Amino acid sequence: MDFLGDHSPQLLPGNRPLPATLGAVELPHGTTIVAATFPGGVVLAGDRRATMGNIIAQRDIEKVFPADEYSAVGIAGTAGLAVEMVKLFQLELEHYEKIEGAVLSLEGKANRLSTMIRGNLGMALQGLAVVPLFAGYDTDREKGRIFSYDVTGGRSEEHGFASTGSGSVFARGALKKLYRKDLTEQQTTTLVVQALYDAADDDSATGGPDVARRIFPIVTVITDEGFKKLSEAESSEIARSIIERRLEQPDGPRAELL
Amino acid sequence: MSTPFYVSPQQAMADRAEYARKGIARGRSVVVLQYTDGIVFVAENPSRALHKVSEIYDRIAFAAVGKYNEFENLRIGGVRYADLRGYTYDRHDVTARGLANVYAQTLGTIFSSVGEKPYEVELIVAEVGAAPEDDQIYRLPHDGSIVDEHGAVAVGGNSDQIGSYLDQRHRDGMSLAEVLKLAVDSLSRDNNGADRTLTAEQLEVAVLDRTRPQQRKFKRILGRQLSRLLEAEDASATKTDEPSDEADE
Repeated sequence: MDFLGDHSPQLLPGNRPLPATLGAVELPHGTTIVAATFPGGVVLAGDRRATMGNIIAQRDIEKVFPADEYSAVGIAGTAGLAVEMVKLFQLELEHYEKIEGAVLSLEGKANRLSTMIRGNLGMALQGLAVVPLFAGYDTDREKGRIFSYDVTGGRSEEHGFASTGSGSVFARGALKKLYRKDLTEQQTTTLVVQALYDAADDDSATGGPDVARRIFPIVTVITDEGFKKLSEAESSEIARSIIERRLEQPDGPRAELL
Repeated sequence: MSTPFYVSPQQAMADRAEYARKGIARGRSVVVLQYTDGIVFVAENPSRALHKVSEIYDRIAFAAVGKYNEFENLRIGGVRYADLRGYTYDRHDVTARGLANVYAQTLGTIFSSVGEKPYEVELIVAEVGAAPEDDQIYRLPHDGSIVDEHGAVAVGGNSDQIGSYLDQRHRDGMSLAEVLKLAVDSLSRDNNGADRTLTAEQLEVAVLDRTRPQQRKFKRILGRQLSRLLEAEDASATKTDEPSDEADE
């Protein structure tokens, strides 16, 4: 990134002069991302909707990307900027790996992303915020870890589960009630889709599973074997089983009272 | 005040070429061979930290012999060129041909500029294609010329001898274990026909494997996997015709 700054500064997101604007600009925004850890890895998932004000800008946007072999980013916020930020982040991790002959530590990757978000602060204050969720498998500590961010680049590690984006409050509620430390990989993928379903249920900007168009949430799993994205068949299977249960219980599984 | 002697341009260039060639000939060789599923790079290199073979981009890798600091410099330049290209345009727009051209320009400029000493390096840039016919291998000698190679190529000390040994024995459609055996055989008859035994610890092996599901096709073959491949080929060799080199591996 420093090399890019010296060599072709116009390619860096922070280096473009912005015209003065009055009020918020209407641009596609990505919405809800959720993540949860399980023994041996971490799951990161996102819904498929992008909204522009009250309009659905895109039904099948993908908001979860592999950052490298052992980590992934999910993005909420201004879609165009977020996609570019992820692209630059991927590039930087790969570049570092090739130049140094070693992979950055998970902390190092998380810090780098933090700097990139901070670089976008000017635009964030004009309403073009990007707020990612970063998840990865820490090969040193041998466990999955989640990092969440705010618009100023403030980074905090989340233990267990996390969510970001407009539907995050509802997703967090669902995760809180359903999450347990000893879930299996399979159960955790169901958990995150449940949380996304609840987010879509209460937040108009979050898209639920679309059975008619066959658009299902993107679910990714990172373990010691690396990054893996569930195939459409697998994620549709999870979504269908959830929808089936919700036909009887529209509010989803019940947690115990005490 | 002394007047400089007149040196004819031909002589000056010949001297520079001679200087570079001698520097390159001092080091151990690297061989690059095509096999059914890709391209394999084999170098004799006891160091685990200083690589002679490395990844440049998705389908492109780089091998070099000569002075470490000089080819490392070129390698970093190549990675930067490739990453910048891929980010500005698209990952598909990064090609070995483009990269080889940049290297040729750099090496050529350095070779003919009077103020600098010529680089004592010889490079190979290879790109794996969708099928063996689409594979590209370029050899870049110290003076900035480009040679388009097919099948098998050797650079470094004794490269002529190793190269002709490989040319006689390499054919299309060999498996990874077969080409690896050929490569190790060629490298171990380095010193005027006298055989040495090269163990897995002394070798640096990497492949560009077109069957890899990931976007990045480059992979180092390390430790146990390498010794397994070497053993597999040794076992088949003893069965057929060469009982001599199973000594201690």
